[in-house]
Amino acid sequence: MDFSLNDEQTAFQEAAREFAANELAPNAARWDAEGHFPKDVLAHAGELGFCGIYADETAGGLGLPRLDAAIIFEELAGGCTSTAAFLTIHNMVTWMITTWGSESVVAEWGEALTSGQRLGSYCLTEPGAGSDAASLRTSARRDGDHYVLNGGKVFSSGAGDTDVLVVFARTGGEGPGGISAFAVPANLEGISYGRKEEKMGWNSQPTRSITFDDVHVPADNLLAEEGHGFRLAMKALDGGRINIATCSVGTAQAALAAAGRYMHERRQFGRPLADFQALQFKLADMATELVAARQMVRLAAWRLDRGDPELTTYCAMAKRFATDVGFRVCNEALQIHGGYGYIREYPLERHVRDTRVHQILEGTNEIMRLIIGRRMLADHAAEAIR
Amino acid sequence: MKVLVPVKRVVDYNVKVRVKADGSGVETANVKHSMNPFDEIAVEEAVRLKEAGRVEEIVAVSLGEQSSQETLRTALAMGADRAILVATDEALQPLAVAKALAALVEREQPGLVIAGKQAIDDDANQTAQMLAALLGWGQGTFACGVELGDDAVTVSREVDGGTQTVRLKLPAVVSTDLRLNEPRYVKLPNIMKAKKKQLDVIDAGELGVDLAPRLTTLNVAEPPKRQGGVKVASVAELVEKLRNEAKVI
Repeated sequence: MDFSLNDEQTAFQEAAREFAANELAPNAARWDAEGHFPKDVLAHAGELGFCGIYADETAGGLGLPRLDAAIIFEELAGGCTSTAAFLTIHNMVTWMITTWGSESVVAEWGEALTSGQRLGSYCLTEPGAGSDAASLRTSARRDGDHYVLNGGKVFSSGAGDTDVLVVFARTGGEGPGGISAFAVPANLEGISYGRKEEKMGWNSQPTRSITFDDVHVPADNLLAEEGHGFRLAMKALDGGRINIATCSVGTAQAALAAAGRYMHERRQFGRPLADFQALQFKLADMATELVAARQMVRLAAWRLDRGDPELTTYCAMAKRFATDVGFRVCNEALQIHGGYGYIREYPLERHVRDTRVHQILEGTNEIMRLIIGRRMLADHAAEAIR
Repeated sequence: MKVLVPVKRVVDYNVKVRVKADGSGVETANVKHSMNPFDEIAVEEAVRLKEAGRVEEIVAVSLGEQSSQETLRTALAMGADRAILVATDEALQPLAVAKALAALVEREQPGLVIAGKQAIDDDANQTAQMLAALLGWGQGTFACGVELGDDAVTVSREVDGGTQTVRLKLPAVVSTDLRLNEPRYVKLPNIMKAKKKQLDVIDAGELGVDLAPRLTTLNVAEPPKRQGGVKVASVAELVEKLRNEAKVI
């Protein structure tokens, strides 16, 4: 057993760190304040390979393992949480379309998505179907060589500014078995977008609702087979949960580093904050939990790469743990900064706002506990999950 | 034309270096290392010359411990075609490096050597000049512009008071200054391709040159801690302090 990164992973990590430090970090506060979606920077990221990290090489991707992707995303998140998080969603969508798309869909979208020239959104959640995603009501009715989509989605990252939507819609009866997935060009007639949501964080990516009104989607744009949509959604989310967890770890690492520096700089009562044991202990707990979270995320990513039968449980555990720890570390780093942590001249309040949503999306942390709890009460849990 | 680019593995420029307790040098264990930034500029320049069709092959070279292979892989990911590590665990001084490079030039027969003007660890700024002298080649140091012709290279040099332009007959040695170019980001697919590129490791002894150090390091110490300032109440007190304490007037 060896926990060290190999040479190639180290090189990926450094490449991502350099891009994050030069292209993301200096702009993150401005993008947050202005609600700017940096498509030019995303295209630049695409040129360097960050848009198709685990998509197949035949579609222009790099075909890298999720573990490598986690190492890369963590560094990007250290520069700008919100932009890195969008990149992870784009990678997930790209992977879905290139893995389950028909030949013509892959030919049309593969290179464009893996190069970052065109961007994708993931559209699962509906106004009445959040945690209970299998109850979604958007419908796709077969009509000759098309499907006709009707319904609506909410909270879609990038929607309105992206080029392709992965949409989950009902082609059959109630429940998960009646759901199918489609790659839908974002500009088809009958698609309309709601106003840009005003959010607590994640402000460098727009979030909008989407309405489908008799949208004719070519039947060829069905991903995998009819009725497989929910399975695809959950498979994508296993990886999506690792991605979001890495965004928490990367952001928390930046917050922890800022807190450490600040404890040396800031003096009160004639001494640097670093001299106060109460804050030393706080820093110690932050670091300890963050290292644990990172290792847990990498363990889950490793299991995902191996196709481990228990991977869903491990991904859920990693997401639950790392996003809770990530938020807590950012919040404690803010606390160490005192009043300065609360004002926007420092990045801490942004880190807190950005990581807060990680406890909610890609399945809330309560749903993560549901997944883990159910598994722990099923057969051989004690042997399988440890 | 073939270009040889020497690259050095140094303590990363972001690292705050610490002097070893025994004063024998700086702490390098468990410290992040990366390619000397001036060498990155040299690799970038070679890659640009290749992209412009002026150069056919770029050979990156490093001397030192096996860990320098990482640095060579970075050069390969940036666009070098193959790499050579001259492996040795001995500490190397500029003259030794220049001699080893001269021996490699004999083997490889490049038309041009592009080196960083200095390494950020010892700041010696000697290797390129010594190499040119050993080879009897022309040298264009501190380059801020390089134009490669068929039998000559025109080098703009940053000198006090302006820019000097020199024309060197090939083969020649060029050393790069900070403003020559801005090295590109390494692309992830190129990192993957770099793994498959040829990297030869040769033992330093094979070159048959004397690598023994000529200089002895007596002691390495931290710079003195900066003292806090004081406020003076009057011009007279200021003058008195400048004269008697600072001893500058």
